[in-house]
Amino acid sequence: MPTTGAPTKLTQGSQARGGIGASTLRPDGTLKVTGEFAFASDMWHEDMLWGQTLRSTVAHAEIVSIDTSQALATPGVYAVMTYDDLPTDVRTYGLEIQDTPVLAHGKVRHHGEPVALVAADHPETARRAAAKIDVEYRELPVITDEASALAPDAVLVHENRDDLPQGPPASDGPGGTPIAGHVPHPNIVHRQPIVRGDVEAARERADVIVEGEYTFGMQDQAFLGPESGLAVPEEDGGVHLYIATQWLHADLRQIAPVLGLPETKVRMTLAGVGGAFGGREDLSMQIHACLLALRTGKPVKIVYNRFESFFGHVHRHPAKLRYEHGATKDGKLTHMKCRIVLDGGAYASTSAAVVGNASSLSAGPYAVDAVDIEALALYTNNPPCGAMRGFGAVQACFAYEAQMDRLAQRLGLDPVEFRQLNAMEQGTLMPTGQPVDSPAPVAELLRRVKAMPMPPERDWESSEGADVRQLPGGLSNTTHGEGVVRGVGYAVGIKNVGFSEGFDDYSTARVRMEVIGGEPVATVHTAMAEVGQGGVTVHAQIARTELGVAQVTIHPADTRVGSAGSTSASRQTYVTGGAVKNACERVRERVLEIGRRKFGSYHPAWATAELLLEHGRVVTDGGEILADLADVLDDEVVEAEEEWRHRPTEPFDPHTGQGNGHVQYSFAAHRAVVDVDTELGLVKVVELACAQDVGKALNPLSVIGQIQGGTTQGLGIAVMEEIVVDPRTAKVRNPSFTDYLIPTILDTPPMPVDVLELADEHAPYGLRGVGEAPTLSSTPAVLAAIRDATGLELNRTPVRPEHLTGTG
Amino acid sequence: MDFLRPASWEEALAAKAEHPAAVPIAGGTDVMVEINFGHRRPDHLLDLNRIGELAEWESGADSVRLGASVPYAAIMENLRAELPGLALASHTVASPQIRNRGGVGGNLGTASPAGDAHPALLAAGAEVEAESAARGSRRIPIDDFYTGVKRNALAPDELIRAVHIKKADGPQQYSKVGTRNAMVIAVCAFGLALHPATRTVRTGIGSAAPTPVRAKTAEEFLNAALEEDGLWDNGETITPSVAQRFADLCAAACNPIDDVRGTAGYRRRAVGVMARRTLTWTWESYRGTRRTLKGAA
Repeated sequence: MPTTGAPTKLTQGSQARGGIGASTLRPDGTLKVTGEFAFASDMWHEDMLWGQTLRSTVAHAEIVSIDTSQALATPGVYAVMTYDDLPTDVRTYGLEIQDTPVLAHGKVRHHGEPVALVAADHPETARRAAAKIDVEYRELPVITDEASALAPDAVLVHENRDDLPQGPPASDGPGGTPIAGHVPHPNIVHRQPIVRGDVEAARERADVIVEGEYTFGMQDQAFLGPESGLAVPEEDGGVHLYIATQWLHADLRQIAPVLGLPETKVRMTLAGVGGAFGGREDLSMQIHACLLALRTGKPVKIVYNRFESFFGHVHRHPAKLRYEHGATKDGKLTHMKCRIVLDGGAYASTSAAVVGNASSLSAGPYAVDAVDIEALALYTNNPPCGAMRGFGAVQACFAYEAQMDRLAQRLGLDPVEFRQLNAMEQGTLMPTGQPVDSPAPVAELLRRVKAMPMPPERDWESSEGADVRQLPGGLSNTTHGEGVVRGVGYAVGIKNVGFSEGFDDYSTARVRMEVIGGEPVATVHTAMAEVGQGGVTVHAQIARTELGVAQVTIHPADTRVGSAGSTSASRQTYVTGGAVKNACERVRERVLEIGRRKFGSYHPAWATAELLLEHGRVVTDGGEILADLADVLDDEVVEAEEEWRHRPTEPFDPHTGQGNGHVQYSFAAHRAVVDVDTELGLVKVVELACAQDVGKALNPLSVIGQIQGGTTQGLGIAVMEEIVVDPRTAKVRNPSFTDYLIPTILDTPPMPVDVLELADEHAPYGLRGVGEAPTLSSTPAVLAAIRDATGLELNRTPVRPEHLTGTG
Repeated sequence: MDFLRPASWEEALAAKAEHPAAVPIAGGTDVMVEINFGHRRPDHLLDLNRIGELAEWESGADSVRLGASVPYAAIMENLRAELPGLALASHTVASPQIRNRGGVGGNLGTASPAGDAHPALLAAGAEVEAESAARGSRRIPIDDFYTGVKRNALAPDELIRAVHIKKADGPQQYSKVGTRNAMVIAVCAFGLALHPATRTVRTGIGSAAPTPVRAKTAEEFLNAALEEDGLWDNGETITPSVAQRFADLCAAACNPIDDVRGTAGYRRRAVGVMARRTLTWTWESYRGTRRTLKGAA
C-alpha cells in the first residue's frame, strides 16, 4: 500500500546475547527521540481526504434537526454523513455493552459526542465545513452524580437498555437480608457486591473504627500522540485501516458489522502509537474514517487535535468512596466495609470490568476476613469513562491507604509497621474467597522501600542562595524556603494482571525461522499493539533465548495473524510474551526434528540428550555442539502459529462476589517525600521511591521505565491532573494542555527503584505484569506525605492549592 | 486569510493602516493558539518577523528601549542587571522553545491579565512606544496601557515598536503561582521594584483583576511607612506588621474571579503571600547593598 509513514519491519540485531534478562534497547527508541519514527498522525496517502467530526456542544439534549446543506455546498467537501447515512442496522458499538452510537441519533448524552462527519480535500476545509452544519438541540436536564442519577424522577440516560440481567432480584443475602438485583436502577451500568465473613461480629471485636469518605478526580490518559488513522478503500469493496489502537482484533469486531462488511474485508495494520494508557481501548475515529473512505472511494485520514482528543477517548472514572475499617488495639484489622461509586459517564465502555476490579481489590493487599463491599458505576451525562492504567484499583488504593494511615494514627502505631502487621502473603484469601497462590511480598516491599536512604533535607540551600528549581513553585520563584515543610508518606497497592472474571484471555503468535545470508533469523508476527510498553523489544529477547538466534525481525502488527488481546491490564509480556515463547518452543521442536532427520545418525546425543538452541547452534545441555542452525535448516522454513492462554478465571457471583476471578496480582510500594509551601499550597515532590515485585525482569531497563512512568502518572493525579466538569452543565472546562496539567520534568522527582524478583510458577519465566501497580500506590503515598507535612485531612485527589490553604 | 509580510517598519505601518483589523504576529505564542483553537480567524495576519530592528534593544542612561520582538530568552540572558524583574518574569514564561520566540510586544498586544511580563513592567515603570502611519509615534505610560480584559490603549492602525523600561535603581523581584513547577500559565503573579532613587516602591499584579494592576494603596502605605521610620536611610528591617499590612493591601487591590485555574479567594491569598515575600527579599537585598557600601566607605 503506497502510504508514507506505514509501519515497517523492525529488525533487531544484537551483539550481546540479548535474551531475556538483558537490558536490550528498544528498536524504535532512537527513531522516536530523533523525531524520525512515523506516528499514526504522520501517515499520508496520495489523493487522501481529511475527515472531521462535528461534536455536540451540549451534554444532554434531543436533536431536533440537523441541516448539512451548507457543509455539503462547501467547495472541496466530498461527503457529509449523519446517523441517517449509516449503511447497516448496526449503529452502535462498545467493548462490553454495545451502547455507543457511531453517530448520535435523536439525542446526545455527553459534551463532545460525535454528531456528523465531513470529508474534504484539506483539513481546514473539513473543519470549516463541519462548523457550517446546523444542529438544533432541545436541552434536557443533566445527570451528573449519584443523587441526580437515582432521584425518583431521574431522566434515564439510556431509556431502552436491553443488557440488564433478566429475572427477579435475588433475596438470599447474608443473614437472610434481602438484597436487590445486582443492577437495581437503569442509571447504574453495573454493580458488584462482595460479602465474606461475619462483619457485625468482627466489628464487635474492633477497638478502633475509622470511617472516611474520599473523592477521586477524573484523570486523562494524556497520551502525546492524538487519535489518528488512515482508512484506504480496497478493490474488493473492503477497507484497510492503519490505526493507532490498543487491540486490533477488538476494533475489528466492532468496526466490521457497522460497515456491513465481513471481518475478512476489513484489514487492519497497527500504525505508530504515541502512548495509550487505556485511552485507546475504545474506538474513536476508526469507524468514522472507514465510513468516509467507503462513501467517497478515497483514502481518508482523521487526526484529532488536543482539544478534540479530550473528547475523543474515555477517561479514568472519578469516584466517591466510603470506607469503614476496624482494628484491634494490637493492630490487627477486624473488618472492612466500603461503598465505591464510580462515574461511568454517558456510555458503558469498560465500566463493568472497572467495577469488578474496584470491588475485588477494594481491601487492598491486606488480610481481612470480614468484608462488606459494594462497587457500582453510574450512567451520567458526564464524559464517558473507561480504561486507564490501574483500572479501578487506583481509586480504591487511594482510599484504603488513607484509611491505613488513619488507623495507624489512632492506634499509635508506625504506618509501615501497621501495614506490615496486616499485609497479605501467599495463601491469604482475597475478599472474593480466592487464595493468593503465588508470592505476595507486601511486607517485604514496605520494608525495602522504608530502608532506602532518605533524600537530604533542605537540598535547595546553598551559599549562593536558594535553588528555586528544588523548591515548591520551582521556576515561578514563589519561595526561597519560607513556609516550606517536609512530609513523608508510604503506600502499597495490589493490581490484578490480565483479564479477569472468566474472560477468555489469549494471545496468538506466529514465529518463523529460516536462514538469511547464511545466518539463522527468527521472525515474530503478532497483532500486539506496541504502544510504548516495549513488547517489540521483549518479543525479540524471547526469540533469542528460545531459538538461539541473534537476528530477530518483528513483523508489523496486523490482523493477518490471530488476536494478541489488548495491550492493557499489565498483560502483554505475560500473555503475548507467553504466546511467543510457546510458538518458539514449537519451532524449536520442529528444527530439532529436522536436525535429527539430517544428522541424527552422526551423534548419539541427538537421540539421548536434552538439546538447546544457542548462539546459532544446536547444543546439548552439557554444552557439546552438534550442528550449526544454518546447516540444520539449509533452505527449509519452519513456522508455527499458536494461541496461548493463561489459567482460566471465573466470574464473580453477582450477589456475593465470591469466585476465582483473577489470574495474578502485582504489588508495588512507594515512599513519597514532599516539600509543601504551606502558605501558598504548592507542592514539590522531592523523591518517590518504589519497591516492586516483578517476578522476573525480562528487560530490567524497560521494567524500571514502566515503574518510573507509572509512578509519575500517579504523581500527576495526586497534585495536578484533573478534567474539570461543570456540575451544572456537564461540560468539560479544561480540554487543553494549558489547563489540564501533566507533570513536567521539573515536577518529576528522582525515583529510586528496588526490583524484587520472586517467580510466579504459573507464569512464563515466572514474570509478573509490571505496568500498572506503580500507578496505584504513588498517589496515596504523595497524599500521605502532604498530610504529614500539613496535618490536613485531604480526602480528595488531586490536591489543589486551595485545599492546602483553606481557600476552596 | 491573507498573510502580510512587510520587509520594513514603514511597510508594516502602511499595511496596518490599510488593514486595521490585521492581527500582528511575531512569536505567535498567543495568536497561533487562538487560531488553532478556532477562537479567531482574522482576514489578515501581519507578520513582523522580517523587521530585524524589533528584535534589538538599546540600553540608555535611564531606561532600556526593548524592541517589541526581543525574545524572553534574550532578556534573561542579556538584561538581568538592567531589568531584573522582567528577567525573572521571562524565566517563568512557558518552555525554552517559546521563550526563544515570544516577546514582550506580544504580551502587550494581547493584554491578557495572565501575561507574565505585565507585573514586572508595572513595577519597574515603563512606556509603550506605539506608532501609526497617520500620526507617527507616541509613548503610552504603562499605567494607562491596559484598558480592559484583553484590551489595550492601542488605536486600530497602531503597532507596538518598542517598550521603554526604567533601568533598575534598586532590587526587583517577581513571583508567579501556578499549579505546576514549570511551564504553567499564571494563576496569579506579583512584581515588586524598589526605587531608592525616588524612595518609592512600585508593584504589579497579574491574573487577579480584569487587567494587570498596581496595588497603589499598598505602595502609598509602604512609601509612607519607609519614610516615617527613615528606613531608606537607616537600612533597618521592615517590621512584620508593616510587611503584613502591605501584603493585605496588595491582596485587597485584587479583583479576581473563580475560574478553572483557581478560586478568587486563593488568588487574593497568594498575592498577599507573594507581596510579603518579595518585599522581604528586595528589602533584604537593599539592606545588603547598603551594608556593602558602608563597609567600602
